[in-house]
Amino acid sequence: MTEILDILISANFWAAALRIATPLIFGVIGALVCERAGVLNLGIEGIFTAGAMAGWMAVWLGAGLWGGVLVAAMAGAFFGLIHAILTVPLGLSQHVSGIGVTLFATSLSYFIYRTALPDVSSPPRIEAFKPLDIPLLSDLPFIGPALFQQTALTFLALALVLATAYVLYRTPLGLAIRAVGDNPAAVESQGLSVYAIRIGTVVAGSAIMALGGAFLTMSAFDAFFFGMVNGRGWICIALTVFASWRPGKALIGALLFGAFDAFQVRLQTEVGSFIPGQVFLMMPYLLSIAALIVVARKADYPRALLVPYFRGQR
Amino acid sequence: MIRFEPRGPVPVSRMLAVSVAAALAALMLAAIPMAFAGLSVFEAYGLMAKGAFGSLFAFTEMLTRATPLILTGLAAAVAFKAKLWNIGAEGQLYAGALAAVAVGTGLVSGPAYVLIPLVVLAGALAGGLVMLGPTLLKTRLGVDEVVTTLLLNFVILLFVQMMLEGPMQDPMGMGWPQSEPILDEAALPKLMARMRIHWGLIVALVAALGVWFLLKRTVWGFEIRAVGENAAAARHAGIPVTATFIRVGLLSGALAGLAGVGEVAGLKGYLTADLSPGFGYSGIVVAMLAGLSPVGVVLAALFIASIFVGADSMSRATGVSNYLADLIVAMALISVLVSGLFLRFKVRFVGGPAAKEAAE
Repeated sequence: MTEILDILISANFWAAALRIATPLIFGVIGALVCERAGVLNLGIEGIFTAGAMAGWMAVWLGAGLWGGVLVAAMAGAFFGLIHAILTVPLGLSQHVSGIGVTLFATSLSYFIYRTALPDVSSPPRIEAFKPLDIPLLSDLPFIGPALFQQTALTFLALALVLATAYVLYRTPLGLAIRAVGDNPAAVESQGLSVYAIRIGTVVAGSAIMALGGAFLTMSAFDAFFFGMVNGRGWICIALTVFASWRPGKALIGALLFGAFDAFQVRLQTEVGSFIPGQVFLMMPYLLSIAALIVVARKADYPRALLVPYFRGQR
Repeated sequence: MIRFEPRGPVPVSRMLAVSVAAALAALMLAAIPMAFAGLSVFEAYGLMAKGAFGSLFAFTEMLTRATPLILTGLAAAVAFKAKLWNIGAEGQLYAGALAAVAVGTGLVSGPAYVLIPLVVLAGALAGGLVMLGPTLLKTRLGVDEVVTTLLLNFVILLFVQMMLEGPMQDPMGMGWPQSEPILDEAALPKLMARMRIHWGLIVALVAALGVWFLLKRTVWGFEIRAVGENAAAARHAGIPVTATFIRVGLLSGALAGLAGVGEVAGLKGYLTADLSPGFGYSGIVVAMLAGLSPVGVVLAALFIASIFVGADSMSRATGVSNYLADLIVAMALISVLVSGLFLRFKVRFVGGPAAKEAAE
């Protein structure tokens, strides 16, 4: 028991939890934005990979770190646009289109990486984001090490949660986004274009998702590895349901998830000799399924999610 | 402005034309990444064609690669037909392979005519049971099966790794994470001497025929199609929707499990955690390219298999990454989605003189 308490009150633990949560925050916010407009984006797993690869490669080719972040976002927007065109004006199955975008984005990223670096044995490294050392604040007990040893991308993720909540609930644009996800015909009758709002939202959401990938290669690690996304995208889709499509709850969900993951890594060092390591590695996926089951009964899906809208048709 | 007008029933010839057009479109689009990698397109396709069809060995290799793709393609096709989105064929494949190894490496002994059916059944059962979980979660609690099946792929692969490093590790395997070899009596026989092609292909073809018969000629098949077209209407018409989902889930998982059986008992002989290079995911592309038709699945699997085998061979000759194959397969999926529109709709460009005339 005391070991568990020791873990929970250590600042390092909460720093790790926030670090693990950061890519998920980007992913859940991106997925949530798309779904609020009525479009499930299963391209997320591939968009993570594309963001990770594109951001890393831009920096490796000589761009600045923020240049890399921008390139990652643009890569995400590109694949988001493909998904948006396939599912919004063409009205194709969002499930299959999303899987198609994931396969496309993943294989294209791997192909470009392999073509640019045909025979490297160890992945080349870049100078990744450094923890922001804010004088005074970093020296605060507990909170200082947990919060102010994160990189700029973590703060960007936190800022995005606030910005998304503001846009969704306090601006006409947010109202329009939520309305096309609930009742697109009503939006059309107001003289707004459902297509334009949905396409724009999916593109923006996908750009946000890609930042989660960029965090992996430019902050958590400093190189690109095959298979490094490892289901994080799918976990975000589960967390979106868990968060009831609300940015604040999405942040809490991602943090809980990060805390649990950081906790099991530390627990592993305590009891790892009795339990195979794979059991711990399964935890994030099982936890995501459990999160879905918990909220299944009361999940309040956006009403027009998965439903294509065709102009002038009721 | 573009307008889509629904078309009536789709003749088979038009379905075939759409799939062929999508496959060709993917091959043409692939010229872009090929040029990026500095390949001459014609030379590259020449090498790929040679690699997949250039010799008897190449051809049997292609058929060997098509074997699991037919089965995972059927798994996706039958599930998608009922709009049960099973994206978990990859995990179900591993579950099938694990069960085949568990039964086939000495748990039971006996002659081949007992052991082979036993191994095949165990694999199918394991795959089906893995899909039963997400299906029940969907029907009982309304949990979306897309996410649960996707997440289970990771869980099952980790479980396989755990077994291969633990209770099921080969004691003679020098510490490698691999299972004991399948007994000779439990292995699917080869179809040709000195080639890798094995009886799994026959199993896959029989499964395709079986699924075709089920969908076209039986009550259960009719119910599957009815649920896929409109679950609410099917329920209203007295069709047992929940039971149909469960049947489809079991069948879909079992088919994917069979793919794992073939790979481990027909091809590799023992199980490792890198048994499948994504056959489960490629199966989705196969099913879509086939327009969800079981016979089409066989043809589409042959196409995708020749891309994979051809690209491997091209990659060895030119040094260009064989991720090109995955790229072509992904583009084939997107192409077939888009061309599917022309199948279901007439595309009209309105707003020109014709529209004005109509308005007057």
